[in-house]
Formats: sequence, structure tokens, C-alpha cells
Amino acid sequence: MQVPDDLKYTESHEWVRSDGEIGTVGITDFAQDSLGDIVFLELPEAGTSFQQGETVGVVESVKTVSDILAPAGGEITEVNSALETSPQSVNKDPYGSGWLFRIRLANSDEIASLLSSSDYRAKVEK
Amino acid sequence: MTEFGGWNMPVYYSSIVDEHHAVRNHVGIFDISHMGQIEVSGPAANGWLNRILSNNVDRLAIGQGQYTFLLNDRGGVIDDLIVYRRHDNQFFLVVNAAKIEEDFVWMQKSLSGGVSVLNCSSLFAAIAIQGPRSAELMADLGELPTRNHIRDLKIAECSTMIARTGYTGEDGFELFFPGGLAPFIWNKLLDLGKPLGVRPCGLGSRDTLRIEVCYPLNGSDLSPDRTPLEAGLGSFVDLKKGEFIGREALCAQKKAGVRQRLSALRATEKSPPFRPHYPLFAGGERIGELTSGTQSPTLGVGIGLGYLDAEFARPGQKLEIEIRGRKYAADVEKKPLYKKSI
Repeated sequence: MQVPDDLKYTESHEWVRSDGEIGTVGITDFAQDSLGDIVFLELPEAGTSFQQGETVGVVESVKTVSDILAPAGGEITEVNSALETSPQSVNKDPYGSGWLFRIRLANSDEIASLLSSSDYRAKVEK
Repeated sequence: MTEFGGWNMPVYYSSIVDEHHAVRNHVGIFDISHMGQIEVSGPAANGWLNRILSNNVDRLAIGQGQYTFLLNDRGGVIDDLIVYRRHDNQFFLVVNAAKIEEDFVWMQKSLSGGVSVLNCSSLFAAIAIQGPRSAELMADLGELPTRNHIRDLKIAECSTMIARTGYTGEDGFELFFPGGLAPFIWNKLLDLGKPLGVRPCGLGSRDTLRIEVCYPLNGSDLSPDRTPLEAGLGSFVDLKKGEFIGREALCAQKKAGVRQRLSALRATEKSPPFRPHYPLFAGGERIGELTSGTQSPTLGVGIGLGYLDAEFARPGQKLEIEIRGRKYAADVEKKPLYKKSI
């Protein structure tokens, strides 16, 4: 199970890579593995804003449906449109080409409050 | 893993989609030990089975099987099953896991002289071998049965029964044997199938495969409130064979016309996977819901089954399916949704 050290994590299995201003968001290796074959994503539109913890989208595998929650509040700046035709990228490369969207962080303190890689690893390896 | 019919079973071993394609293109094996087995024997067994089952066992030669229904007085489905004639007066019934007790109690209740009914579900494990290369996988084990037939097969000196049946729409077999042999036979099949690309398959692909070919799942597509005629499975009901439980209700329904039919649906635009209970609309009006649904790995679109009023049940009918508040276009299609092109 991959849990890169340079990312922050949520209890609901999203990851975020932050440069202090913009956060890139995806779902974790653990999440993609639990969901199985991902076949459909509903992602937010650029320009829309969300609070931390709000539902921003949906990921669907053959097996099940799962909400995607905003790891931090802010405005969506970009969505990974390549996933429309290749949702399986989320399975194959959850921390790379399987990224979901970018968000302009309203409050960078929210990032600090997320789980570290070691906290998250401890959570999923329990 | 998931709970199914009182059993803890894997949804997939590696990936539902990969397992699905393995069965469509090569071969896959499924642990189907959850299925129930009931033996019916005795001098009156033939006649008694014809009074409690919808299909006609008179048509079965020794070693032959048929799909059939156990019906209630209203013609509703208690269970769908396969009955094999093993000998003149001995039959082997393969029933759904969740219905073993109910079937057995129903049979006990309707029992008459000269018939013995034995629930031997706990003795048997079973494995389904499914896919275009399944006969190749099994070839060295002995003589194989033809479609819908069952025969004895010795595997390493152990007695098993092998039927050429399945739940995937592909050529394939279902192998029945004493539970203790399960690990040995499972591993042997994986070994034999290795050069053919065999994969162990879970309940997830079992479901996607059967929905593509529109095989019903009891408890979802079939219920005590739905008849085989409504499910479009009238060819497994013989109304002319004489009295049987449910016949009167079915004759009346046939005469009055079937009001609703189990129909196959297919998305005609990009949509999320279809799932059971999603509501269906025509002309803005709610007309029913899905009883089964999935994303078809072979067709790459949402597919499902659902009961529709006869006026909407014709192939080509345009419908909408509501998913999280948004409506997506779908067509009623001719069954099956997927057919092997040979």
C-alpha cells in the first residue's frame, strides 16, 4: 500500500499535495484498492467553492459508490478532464495521473490539520 | 468479502472487470459451494416433481437437466433451480443458497407417498468452470457431458458429478463433490487452467456476467410476487403438462395478459453504472425501478433489468433512469443484452 510522505491525508481517504496556495487532490491507493475497478467519476466544476469536508464529487467502481470530500475549503481551479475517458487512471496511478482536481486553498491551516503520512499509514494498516 | 445467502464470499480475487473478461475470453472458476442440493427419489418422484415444479420433468432423459421454478399458489417464484434426472426415479436439484431451507420446508409440506426428499446441501461443495476454454481445461479429466446434462466424473479416484451448465452465458461446467475435496479440486483446476489463463472469480463478476445475458437473480429479479410469465421465462413453464402448484394463477394471468414484464435496459449516453432500485421514467412519469444493474464490462455502458408496464416493455422504447437527481437516457433492449458472436 503506497502512502507517499510528501502528502497530507483525510480520514475519508483523500490525499492533498499543497504548495501553500493550491492543493491537488486525489484518492489514496488504499481507497482505489478497496473500491476496485473505477468506471465513473463525478467531479466538481472549476469556479465552484466548497467548505472543508463537503461532498465535491462521486467515484464509482463496478462494485460500489463513494463520495469524494473536500480535504480543505476553497475554489476549484482545475479538474482532471482526462479521467472522463480513462477513469481507470485512478486505479493505476492514484497519486499521479489519477489526480482529481485542484483547489485554491481558502485557509492553509486546514491543510495542517490533516493526517500526516505516518498517521494515515497507521490508520489503514490497522 | 461479502455476506451472501449466509455465506462469507469474495466479491473479487483481483478485479471484477479482469475476472469478467477472463470468463468471456478464456476461462474462470467460481466457488459456488453456497448453492444448495436436494435429492428427490422414490417410485412417485417423477409425478410429484411435476406437481411442484413449473417445467416438465417427463421431458428429461437420464442425465439431462432443465431450468425450472418452484412456485407458490399465486404463481409467484419461491425459487428458480435446475433439476437433473440421475436415474428413472432419482433427481438432483440445485437451488439458491438463500432458499435452501424455504424450498425444503415447502417440499416437506407438499410431500406425498412414494417420495423421499433429502437436503444434502451441507455435504456438497461446488465449483463452476466457465468460459470458451472451459472444455479444454476439463478435457483430460474424463468424458464431459453435453449442454444441460450431468454425469459422474472421477477426479483422482474421487467421485464427483459434472454438469454442463452455468450462470454466465458462456460454455461451462458445474462440478459437485464432497466438501472436503474443495481445496484439492480448486487448486487442481487452477493448475490445469494455468496455460489457458484461468482466473479465480468472485461474486462481482458472477453478477456482471449474468446481467449481460439477462439471467435473473432470485430475490432481486424474481420474487414471490412475480411470476415466470412476468419475468419473460414462460418457456420454462409447461401449462399443458397437467396440474401443478401455481398453474391456475398462471393460466389466469396468461388469459388476462401479462401487465408487467422484466425488461433489459441499456444506457444510450455516458452515465454512472446502473444499480438496483434506480427509478425509471418515461415522458417524465415514473414507471418503475431497476431490479438489477451494473456497468457492463463487455459493452462499456450501464445496463440493468427492471419490471415495466407492457406498453413500455418493447425493445426500442426510450426511457430515462434517475441517478442522484439527474436523468440519463436508456433504451429498452431485446434480451439478452450480450450475445456471443461465434
